[in-house]
Amino acid sequence: MGLRTFKGGVHPYEGKELSKEKPIKDIKPQGLMVYPLSQHIGAPAQACVAVGDSVLRGQKIAEAGGFVSAPIFSSVSGTVKAIEPRRVATGDMVNSIIIESDGQFIETGFEPCEDFTKLSNEEIIKKIQDAGIVGMGGAGFPTHVKLSPNNPEKIEYIIANCAECEPYLTSDYRSMVEEPEKLITGMKIILQLFPKAKGLLGVEDNKSDVIASLEKLVENEPRIEVVPLLTKYPQGGERQIIKACTGREINSKMLPADAGCIVDNVATINAIYTAIVEGKPVMDRIFTLTGDAVMEPRNYRICIGMSCKEILEAAGGFVREPAKIISGGPMMGFAVMDADIPTTKTSGALVCLSEDEVSMYETTACINCGRCVEACPEKLIPSRLSKFSDHGDKETFEKWYGLECIECGSCSFACPARKPLAQSIKTMKKQILADKRKK
Amino acid sequence: MSNLLKVSSSPHVRAKDDSSIIMLYVIIALMPTTLFGIINFGIRALLLIAVCITSCVLSEFLFEKAVGKKNTIGDLSAAVTGLLLALNLPHTLPVWQAVLGSVFAIVVVKMLFGGLGQNFMNPALGGRVFLLISFAGTMTHFEYDGVAGPTPLTSIGGGNVNTLDMLIGRTAGTIGETSALCILIGAIILILLGVIDLVIPGVYILTFSIFVILFGGHGLDTTFLVAHLCGGGLMLGAFFMATDYVTSPITPLGKVLFGICLGVLTGIFRFFGNSAEGVSYAIIFSNLLVPLIEKITVPRAFGISKEVKSNE
Repeated sequence: MGLRTFKGGVHPYEGKELSKEKPIKDIKPQGLMVYPLSQHIGAPAQACVAVGDSVLRGQKIAEAGGFVSAPIFSSVSGTVKAIEPRRVATGDMVNSIIIESDGQFIETGFEPCEDFTKLSNEEIIKKIQDAGIVGMGGAGFPTHVKLSPNNPEKIEYIIANCAECEPYLTSDYRSMVEEPEKLITGMKIILQLFPKAKGLLGVEDNKSDVIASLEKLVENEPRIEVVPLLTKYPQGGERQIIKACTGREINSKMLPADAGCIVDNVATINAIYTAIVEGKPVMDRIFTLTGDAVMEPRNYRICIGMSCKEILEAAGGFVREPAKIISGGPMMGFAVMDADIPTTKTSGALVCLSEDEVSMYETTACINCGRCVEACPEKLIPSRLSKFSDHGDKETFEKWYGLECIECGSCSFACPARKPLAQSIKTMKKQILADKRKK
Repeated sequence: MSNLLKVSSSPHVRAKDDSSIIMLYVIIALMPTTLFGIINFGIRALLLIAVCITSCVLSEFLFEKAVGKKNTIGDLSAAVTGLLLALNLPHTLPVWQAVLGSVFAIVVVKMLFGGLGQNFMNPALGGRVFLLISFAGTMTHFEYDGVAGPTPLTSIGGGNVNTLDMLIGRTAGTIGETSALCILIGAIILILLGVIDLVIPGVYILTFSIFVILFGGHGLDTTFLVAHLCGGGLMLGAFFMATDYVTSPITPLGKVLFGICLGVLTGIFRFFGNSAEGVSYAIIFSNLLVPLIEKITVPRAFGISKEVKSNE
């Protein structure tokens, strides 16, 4: 059987060898910690500490702002210094809690669970909700909402998104190499919620060692299966991995649950393990610091809230002057003006490149070559959508399915005229969606 | 605040190929055909090729200078147009006519409509058809080995064609159309480099073959079929001109429809019209249909089922 995949996609330079071989290293923060109150999709969290309060590691500092929201926890012990807007990776100013670490890392008590099979579904979901778990692959959708579909009996597949298709990123890879049992146990916990579902671990074939070791681990797990996937960007897109693993297709108006699927990425499933088995909320995560400008590209276990700048300094700083710093991967990540931005639950990487190739290219005329059409995993015609966007033609944009765009950037990547196709499509999509909300 | 880094919208990396590299690939793929044309027809062919390329590039340069537009000859598309036009001319054509054709192709067909990417008709073929109509005598005068004579397609009625000669290209015709073999080598280069795929040429050749069998009057006569496929610029047209990005549909289904149009039109022009070859006309006529073809072939997006679409 050939490797499973989807139609379309691109093959960017992977750059994973920079960081994939080195073991994960712990870094403890020294400086100020910044916790933006909006680290997830949904209502911002509400601060439940005041300036001057002393907090412990693992203490809740912000309550969920609703059902579709998540609480936030301090990852250090120390004192609340301020609650004020701070700039985050996307460039927005977000209200944040600022805590000065005392360097002690004194923890509140955690309640480990010896045998999760004794927990009821409600208890598991409650624990996940209370631990502040959100989609840690980048989307930040609160996990307890995802795990509470309208028709739980219709869920047939739990897909662990182990594709890690973004170039340069290796945090999921390292954690699957070093602590695969967390992923398997986490998967078992989710499967306990959905007795009829099968667990699929979708791994790109550039991680063949992981495929082999995971296959060994699930040998005696009849409900879990490893699905090797073709290495291709955006294999880890939610709709693309569902297609590759199950053959089912969903569109922008559907949820994975409509196709009987729930998709969670490796870091999220590991967080579920930590929350249920160790009783700990989301405080730490694995973070890839990489790129040719970095002294020591590798994966670090960081305390969420640390500044990216501090991680960089702890890792020895730069070997070359960086021209571009990207929070996240080079295909979908955000370019930042400065590395002094806080890490959040969803920040998985900082890629520092000594060359900003995009700024060197000049945009030329579209020659209608169709490479964007071949690249688009959503079967769209990006060159036309971008034209409709430039002309402000919302109606035709929608008619040509512009709203189905998943913003993966494959079209811009492939374009020989170097047109910023994804950028103009994203802009139009935002406008149309904003119009729809107003109505 | 002076050392803030540049920001831009994702993605932050790009594929290697840019437009001029693609054009360079096309030129490389045309080299076997070009070299064969020069060997076959002699130094006069080389002269015409040089003249066409120079006039195309120069007219683009001067036009842009005159209207104050940015110089774009570096994208090599004008050079490709010049080369393709030359390959579509008989080697005996007077030089001034070749220059006129080149200027028409670039200035009228391409630049007046907005330059690269905006022309609705293949510039090289536009130039060729302009010459064909204006100078019918010199454009249809073919010589081979110094002897004036008909092209294989015009003499096929008499049954005296050698299909092996046609395959290799040892026949009268335009500079680049005679050798099916060289064109196919070029086509393989284009396919391997990912510049074109087989859809348009494949559907074109298949549709045309069916048309020949049904309406050609020779039934399943393979000699007749091969002669029609190798002759009259069909191979050059199918692989190098019908696949022109700008003037062919971008939608996957549109490419198929476009190929069918080409096959049918070429057949009609050859068997029911009085044109011996018909490829140029079929292509520029189908070029005009491209916007319509695209409009009716917008693909359904991923995950949109037929039912969802009809509910909208």
